[in-house]
Amino acid sequence: MITVKKLVKRFGPKTVLRGLDFDVEAGEFVALLGPNGAGKTTFLRILSSLSRPAMGEVRVAGYQLPNQAAAVRRRLGVVSHLPLLYGDLTAEENLRFYGRMYAVESLDERIAEVLEIVGLYPRRRDLVRTFSRGMQQRLAIGRAVLHDPEVMLFDEPHTGLDQEACNMLDGVLQEVAAKGRTVVMTSHDLARTADLASRFDVLSKGKIIDSATREQVTPNDLLAFYRGALAK
Amino acid sequence: MKNFRNFIRALTAVVRKDMAAEWRSRELFTAMLVFALLVILIFNFALELDARARASITSGVLWVTFAFAGTLGLNRSMAIEKDRGCLDGLLLAPVDRSAIYFGKAISNLVFMFVVEIVVLPVYSVLYNINLVNPQLLLVIFLGSIGYVAVGTLLSTMAVQARTRDILLPILLFPLVVPVLIAAVKASGGILQDFAWEEIQGWVNLLIVYDVIFIAIAFMFFDFVVEE
Repeated sequence: MITVKKLVKRFGPKTVLRGLDFDVEAGEFVALLGPNGAGKTTFLRILSSLSRPAMGEVRVAGYQLPNQAAAVRRRLGVVSHLPLLYGDLTAEENLRFYGRMYAVESLDERIAEVLEIVGLYPRRRDLVRTFSRGMQQRLAIGRAVLHDPEVMLFDEPHTGLDQEACNMLDGVLQEVAAKGRTVVMTSHDLARTADLASRFDVLSKGKIIDSATREQVTPNDLLAFYRGALAK
Repeated sequence: MKNFRNFIRALTAVVRKDMAAEWRSRELFTAMLVFALLVILIFNFALELDARARASITSGVLWVTFAFAGTLGLNRSMAIEKDRGCLDGLLLAPVDRSAIYFGKAISNLVFMFVVEIVVLPVYSVLYNINLVNPQLLLVIFLGSIGYVAVGTLLSTMAVQARTRDILLPILLFPLVVPVLIAAVKASGGILQDFAWEEIQGWVNLLIVYDVIFIAIAFMFFDFVVEE
């Protein structure tokens, strides 16, 4: 579903990604772990067509980036630590706007369905700026799944959430993954990642330096695996 | 045909979203209007002018007011997109990115027109000069299009910088000098009752600049928003 070969990204003189290779099968949930500045967000921005690679090959859902960016974007849902929502619009209006941008059919029914999934149907007519951070993040997931994408990218979705909001978010994430979507999620929170992902890749200094499946690394061993990968 | 329909659907979605958000907050419109009214009020007290001098400087004062208020609106309009990462949300949509540009430009133009509609009668009263003139309205219409066309492109560029508030005017004013000169000259000619033939050259220049700026923005918007 996602194939990346020898990806290089530079910002001026600084090289952020250095010949990164990455493959994800359909239906996999890959957690991308790594320290700050490893290039996780840059990598997700390239996968989501928001950033152009300097070199290398990137294919998402069979389409090449950046040449077939519109086709990739149609099949992609993105959630970042920012909600990508308008505070002066209601939850329903935000979803209606994005639904129009993605040409979602039977939009009213789909909006109602998505608001039920993320548990915000009773608050559908409230302005997003009145929502708590956790509610905004749940609505952000609703926005990302509105057009029923095949691939979902999550960039540190737990950032800034309290314990309860994190638990609710995990429930929604599990529901999203259970639909057979391909998911790539960056995170610093190893404990939460351990419960969600089916594969763990460690990104450091612009490259994937280690990888393990859920069968190879139990949740209890994940921290040791992560530290070991970084120490190599 | 399907592509064109998608383009129009995305463009109208952006405009409707901007109108709905502004209707709720009135943040952008209020800032632009208050600023514009303050500028003309300050000019009114600063310049003690006789009737003839008023007619000759009105066009300059008017366009300085529109340009300053417009910059405020352009900055705020894109800052709203940047604050919660909404610009990324727009760019992630599977639509031709020029539809996003035209949607934002139309919204900015509407905000600018609304401010101009309020400012003109106030200015007329303060300076005792009739500004409700179809030819002058045409010049304001054309000048505003050119200003917003280039301003929307540059505000998209500036909003990604840390110093966006000061960057936009620095980038924008040198580029819109031709539009402002043509608009001031045409407006001044109309207010001083020059024959249409004397003004037509400036109006034609405005039309040419509008077309050029819109074409440039259409071609370069994708490059401006990409990392």
